[in-house]
Amino acid sequence: MIVSDAVRERSPIPLSADGPSTERIAYLEKLVSQSRTAAALFTQFTQDDVDRIVKPMVLAGLAHAQHLARLAVEETRLGVMEDKVIKNMVACEFVHNFVKDKRTVGVIREFPERNLLEIAEPIGVIFSLTPITNPTSTVLFKCIVAIKTRNAVIFSPHPKAWRCCAEAVRIMYETAVQHGAPEGVFSCLEAPTLPENRYLMHHKDVALIDATGGPGVVKAAYSSGKPALGVGAGNTPVYMEKSADVNTAVVDIIVSKTFDNGTICASEQTVVIDDEIYDRVLKKFAELGTHVCDVNETKLLERTVIDPKTGFMQPLAVGQKAIDIARFAGLNVAANTKLLIAPIEGVGRDHPLSVEKLFPVLAVYRAKSAAEALRVCVDVNHAGGIGHTAVIFSRNQEVIRKFGEVINAGRIIVNSPGSIGALGAVYNDLVPTFSFGCGTGGGNSTTDNVNIYHYLNIKRLARRTQNHMWFRVPNQIYFNMNAVENLRQFPSLSTVIVTSPGIEQIGHVDIVRRHIAPETHLHVLVIPDAEPEVKVVLKGVEELKFYQADQIVALGGGSVIDAAKIMKLKYESPLADLEELAAPFLDLRKRVVQYPTEKINRARLIAIATTSGTGSEVTPFAVLTDKASGRKVTLADYSLTPDVAVVDPQFVMSMPKALTADTGIDCLTHALEAGVSNYASPYTDSNAMQAIRLAFKYLPIAYQNPRDEEARSMMHNAACIAAMAFSNASVGVNHALAHAFGACFGVAHGRANALMLPHVIAYNAAVPAKFMPSPWTQGYVAHKKYATVADLLGLGGQTVEEKIQKLIEAVERLLDQLDFPPSIAALGISREKFESAIPQLAATAFEDPSWRSNPRMPLMTELVDLFWKAYEGRGKVKADVPQELATK
Amino acid sequence: MTVTQMTPDQLCEDLLKATRALDNPETEVSLDFCSVRRIDSAAVRALEELAGSAQHKGIKVVLHGVNIDVYKVLKLVKLARHFSFVNEQLASGDGSGERNAEPATE
Repeated sequence: MIVSDAVRERSPIPLSADGPSTERIAYLEKLVSQSRTAAALFTQFTQDDVDRIVKPMVLAGLAHAQHLARLAVEETRLGVMEDKVIKNMVACEFVHNFVKDKRTVGVIREFPERNLLEIAEPIGVIFSLTPITNPTSTVLFKCIVAIKTRNAVIFSPHPKAWRCCAEAVRIMYETAVQHGAPEGVFSCLEAPTLPENRYLMHHKDVALIDATGGPGVVKAAYSSGKPALGVGAGNTPVYMEKSADVNTAVVDIIVSKTFDNGTICASEQTVVIDDEIYDRVLKKFAELGTHVCDVNETKLLERTVIDPKTGFMQPLAVGQKAIDIARFAGLNVAANTKLLIAPIEGVGRDHPLSVEKLFPVLAVYRAKSAAEALRVCVDVNHAGGIGHTAVIFSRNQEVIRKFGEVINAGRIIVNSPGSIGALGAVYNDLVPTFSFGCGTGGGNSTTDNVNIYHYLNIKRLARRTQNHMWFRVPNQIYFNMNAVENLRQFPSLSTVIVTSPGIEQIGHVDIVRRHIAPETHLHVLVIPDAEPEVKVVLKGVEELKFYQADQIVALGGGSVIDAAKIMKLKYESPLADLEELAAPFLDLRKRVVQYPTEKINRARLIAIATTSGTGSEVTPFAVLTDKASGRKVTLADYSLTPDVAVVDPQFVMSMPKALTADTGIDCLTHALEAGVSNYASPYTDSNAMQAIRLAFKYLPIAYQNPRDEEARSMMHNAACIAAMAFSNASVGVNHALAHAFGACFGVAHGRANALMLPHVIAYNAAVPAKFMPSPWTQGYVAHKKYATVADLLGLGGQTVEEKIQKLIEAVERLLDQLDFPPSIAALGISREKFESAIPQLAATAFEDPSWRSNPRMPLMTELVDLFWKAYEGRGKVKADVPQELATK
Repeated sequence: MTVTQMTPDQLCEDLLKATRALDNPETEVSLDFCSVRRIDSAAVRALEELAGSAQHKGIKVVLHGVNIDVYKVLKLVKLARHFSFVNEQLASGDGSGERNAEPATE
């Protein structure tokens, strides 16, 4: 609030046990009805219409500023007429200056970079209570703000300021209607009573209560159940720090505290002064017409202006002159005294003058240190002033910042007068207001200076945002027979080859060694051929450090390459916390844990794949196990992607048949899942489709004729191409199921994928029970993409459903050709054992991040169903595309 | 059925005439608001009177071509529920138009 409505709070109108009389209810209903109609008609107005009304209102307010000020002082007997003129002018001119160019109708703000528009919606009927201490300026302010925002207002002025407020409302209303505002847009409740206020506060057609007054009014507003701007009392602490410009500070405080005889509730209440400047400050106050009380005078003053029963200020003192207050208290002061200063030694009930005093009496406190000064300011702040206003005078930026941090006030005024400073737009760039939000500390919904934006419902029109997508792969990929020869072009002083025992035994390391750049110091690190363990990785990092490696060549299957990726990460950024980096995430761009960018060492990672499935040579993923804790974590970040990939089929010519089948189906699953992923893009689609085509054509050949160089070469390419697709589009529910099942029953990853694949295609092609939220996709397209795959493979079929069925059958035929078991049951797993494992399998699959890019959001019951279908086996899988989708 | 044209400049008079015309033995009255861009408080009062009278006599009042701004006003003053609304889109050129004469809900 602009002022504490002290008189009203201390002398409340007696509450009536009954509500308003029948006649008064009819009167109130009429007011509400005409306001509702006015507000409704106002919705048709344009910005120009509104602005054409506001300006004449402002001019009318300025023209009547003195008239209204005089009326206010005559009626309320509070304040200073000259100051009230200024307040009325600020309420018109400064508020107009703030609102004149602001849009309040239609689109009010645009954020093209965020695809957002803000659109104004008027509130409707506002019930506004106005105070005694600032009557006409508050009315002028609220009228201008209401018209600017196309709202209707029913005013309920303080009874002891009713005539001046009614006159202000009349002037504003007549001017507004004369310039086109709807009839009934403002009304002023005649002879308002508390029951009538309560009636209107609870009225269904009143949309907002704007209560400027004391705590009682604010509490009543907030208790009504209506949206409310309730703006209440303050108790402004002032810290005058030793570096302050004393001359300026003292004048500012006198200006503020004597303005309208201190009725503005943002005015200074207790000044806490550093010991070093205390005497100088008080001397300066005295020089400028202020009376500094001694101990006895302070006691007399306390008894006069503070009610000993309540501890609050006496209503009779509010808004009175210093000289009159001194006379009431029996103090002998000079005739020109404009302010009374009372030294106090603490804050609280034992120090009566430490409370809010809406008259020209100022408490001062001598602080022995900065710490004590801040503590006392906090005490004053918490003695009735939380959320309101505070003031500091200092040249020390650090002290100012600290004051701002510790004081809970919506306005912290620096090196300027509190009352006029808080009003805004005079001494600073705060929004001009006559209503101070005090935040939750003051029981308010805002800490703002209340303004036009609080008189609007602001609607956000949020357009669908197409996030940037990406396609990220290694800088260089070398493929085809003898591609390994390209290693020679990479200069290195120290290279570590990371490999597994099996790969070393069959002579692959020797081949690589021959193609490393000459004069490179070479070291071979052999690690177990299994999912990398933490201790293996850390040992590898030590070797990288020992050899000061500038190049790492990972030669092996997915496990070896994954291990090398993590070694590189820890070698370059030793402080990287692998456990933390494995934290789950939904969107790469918004992930909580970021991978380190600062690097102590630098090493090039060259990945040479010796299997044709995982595609780890181009992916940003690595799996790590910690046997000690029994945990397995997946690391995912594009910084893990190898710098160079070598896809040389000579390293896969000797792959065993089972491994060829397992890794080959893994490759096909990657491509199919990336193809229907919610993250799929034209870039990933091209890779996915090509990988599917190659896998269908060459996997059976590579399986049947392992020495077929072309088939091996093409499957090796297919694995890499599919990996490029899923590195950027991710995988889906097939992988989630396979991970869970493979881990539980010790089944190879590719084999586990194969058991699920036909069922997952049918599942994704059907209408989802639950769609997956996905800003990237437009409509549900999984079934169409499967049909496109069928077309690509030349499988035939007329409708989408037929094509999907052909695709399922083709996948099943391929699995048969590769001698995959037809079902989980065929693996020898009993129904009882599987049934007992199902709950855990479903839970594990649901926790797997793989499905988050799946086109269809899997429900737990659906995961269970898919597991059972895989248990029963393939051969009976039917595409279930509804006719509606199938024919489109 | 006759559709009575509402003139923006004399909307209140037109509405008054329409209210009086409710005495004719009709069960439905149609008023064309196509050229009415905005209404004022007098028009709101006239519409209230029309709605009250029509309700009393059991006559349905159909408002044609009410623009969305005026429609919103009628919703806010809780008058919309007393009328039926028809919006005819002739711009498509196929002459079929869109007709929706359901009473508004509030």
